[in-house]
Amino acid sequence: MKVYKISREGLDKWIKHWTESYDVFGPVEKNENGMTDWAEVKGLDEISTAPGTTKQPIKTFYLPQPETLFTFTSRGGEPDSDVLKETLDEGRPRVLFGVRPCDARSVTLNGLAYEEDPYYMANVERTLLVGVSCREQCGTCFCRWVGGSPFGTEGLDILLIETEQNFVAEALTDRGVSLVEAGGGAREASGEDLAMVESMRQEAEQAMSAMPDTAETLRSKDLMSMYNADFWGGLSESCINCGACTFLCPTCYCFDIQDEVVRKKGRRIRYWDSCMFPLFTQHASGHNPRGQKVQRVRNRFMHKLKYFPDRFGPVSCVGCGRCIRECPVNIDIREVLRDLLGVE
Amino acid sequence: MESSSSKITDEIRAEASRLLSSGEVAAFLGFVPGSLPMTVRPFVARSSEDAARLVWNSFCVMNLANYLPEVLKSVEPPRGPGDPEPEGPLPRVGVLATGCWSRNMVVQIQENRIQRDRVVILGISSRGMVDRKKVLARLGGREALKVEEQDHSLLVSGRAFNEEIPRWEVVRDNCRSCVHPDPVIWDIMIGERAGDRQNANRFAQVEEIESLAPEERWAWFQEEISSCIRCYACRNACPLCYCPTCFVDDSRPQWVGKSIEPVDTAIFHILRAYHCAGRCTDCGACESACPMGIRMRLFTKKLEKDVLEMYGAEAGMDPETPLPLSTFSPDDPQDFIVTGQESPKSTGDEAGRSGEVSQS
Repeated sequence: MKVYKISREGLDKWIKHWTESYDVFGPVEKNENGMTDWAEVKGLDEISTAPGTTKQPIKTFYLPQPETLFTFTSRGGEPDSDVLKETLDEGRPRVLFGVRPCDARSVTLNGLAYEEDPYYMANVERTLLVGVSCREQCGTCFCRWVGGSPFGTEGLDILLIETEQNFVAEALTDRGVSLVEAGGGAREASGEDLAMVESMRQEAEQAMSAMPDTAETLRSKDLMSMYNADFWGGLSESCINCGACTFLCPTCYCFDIQDEVVRKKGRRIRYWDSCMFPLFTQHASGHNPRGQKVQRVRNRFMHKLKYFPDRFGPVSCVGCGRCIRECPVNIDIREVLRDLLGVE
Repeated sequence: MESSSSKITDEIRAEASRLLSSGEVAAFLGFVPGSLPMTVRPFVARSSEDAARLVWNSFCVMNLANYLPEVLKSVEPPRGPGDPEPEGPLPRVGVLATGCWSRNMVVQIQENRIQRDRVVILGISSRGMVDRKKVLARLGGREALKVEEQDHSLLVSGRAFNEEIPRWEVVRDNCRSCVHPDPVIWDIMIGERAGDRQNANRFAQVEEIESLAPEERWAWFQEEISSCIRCYACRNACPLCYCPTCFVDDSRPQWVGKSIEPVDTAIFHILRAYHCAGRCTDCGACESACPMGIRMRLFTKKLEKDVLEMYGAEAGMDPETPLPLSTFSPDDPQDFIVTGQESPKSTGDEAGRSGEVSQS
């Protein structure tokens, strides 16, 4: 890791330099209700400095909605008729600027399930993440409960930390170092800067209540006791069974695949699916193993907080709080997490 | 001074507790406080201890009629698909209802979704619910950590700020244009009835869009739904949407594409709105549920206006008046239907063809 110091003007120049070789995206104030969302940017002044996360997670860059996997035609006589053509395309590399540490972590966590997926991995390959640490935690933030930190670096190429006058830039990967070099104008951080950043990091982490070993505790619990716990019924009674939580979740990555064909020309697409929807588990026979809402609600939380940790280790949640913020009926994953941790 | 919401809360708790402990109802459908400012959670109380948690405030934006059939089902004795109906009256459910929610319950009775004698309705005259998104917009990215409700203002506080927001300015658009705040059916009234509201023009928002040229209207529609993520929160928050399989979930055949292609999103929103024509009470739950801030109730509001103009009907105002689009009488005016008889709009050819059909 190399640590640099860069002024606000210097950061603006970085972005301007990067746009020569990368598409640069940042959180931009888009919505009337003060929320930010991802959009292409040309300079620092376009980027929102509001605390908290964007409306949509960065999974839109890794799991586009929809993503074309193959194209085909079925026009007899044409040379490549009835042949699936792979559309895997590395595309122009891009920089996501201003990623929160929680969102950056989601790329690594989803990567555990997608490591053999060429489409996902191509998007990982072509996307560089420049994060910005969180000085303020929102009422819905809980990254410290699930193994993250407001100064977390997992998944990032560069972490920016805003200090009194400047920014400290931690270049965490080789790609991050080359981004800093391509940007130009950065000085190496002094020992004083490093000490300041370290004390900021400690202060920010101490300001948030931590829950150590969440994943380990959940892994050690009995799966069937969790599955049969009493609280699922009450929880699902409030739920309207929409997909807002799953679609806005950075670590909900489930999909379905379909062929879309118009006049014998088609594409095979991968699009977001949600375990909240009955069709998600509908069998061809008509039978649905998760035909009831309570089963679907339970599955969303069990997948994140039990099945995923059992299989991969960490919890499949980064504590960004979007599901809490956007749920029309205020279902709060923090309460479910507490309930599950309390299961004997 | 005690706010009107907290007085209503006290009365709801007392009535719900009485109904539950006397066994008059097996469950009571209301709200409990949410974990964030300006949120509540729909909740089914089953004991008087549960009833003590119920709350009423300006943020009760979900329509409880939407939950009612499921809660009614949950209190019935379990039975298998072939089992006979249990003998004797089935357990009842208590529920809160404002003007629009009670009208939705009327629609549910008319559509055989619920039975009137199985619900005990606590009627509340609505003062209009607050749009959380409007409050957030006024804060411009600053986070509200505490919101205290007074009768005519909200006291919002966060890190290093306190702000008093006049309540009516952040009330939801549907509530601002509401003319029927009082429940149309109820068993126990909580608080006073307010009477119909005078509203200069409840369709002003719709008329603004109607005044646009067709291509501008289409552009407006496309822009409005462009951020849709197809989460179906609008559909699922709606008491009118109860098809066993929604047309967007049909897979054999599949009627509409699954991703966020603009044409697929448009089909979903247009069909959803039309399916609500003559049934929608403009409760605003769809808009309140939408995480993306889409104003889809304007689509249904347009249909509400059309139905009022063409049929003189408003959904759910009277249990004895059938829904305008699910009834007919032989002497209905039907200039728009081609019949065998001479009609100024039909050509001879068409009249001949349809005449044959109607005789066959």
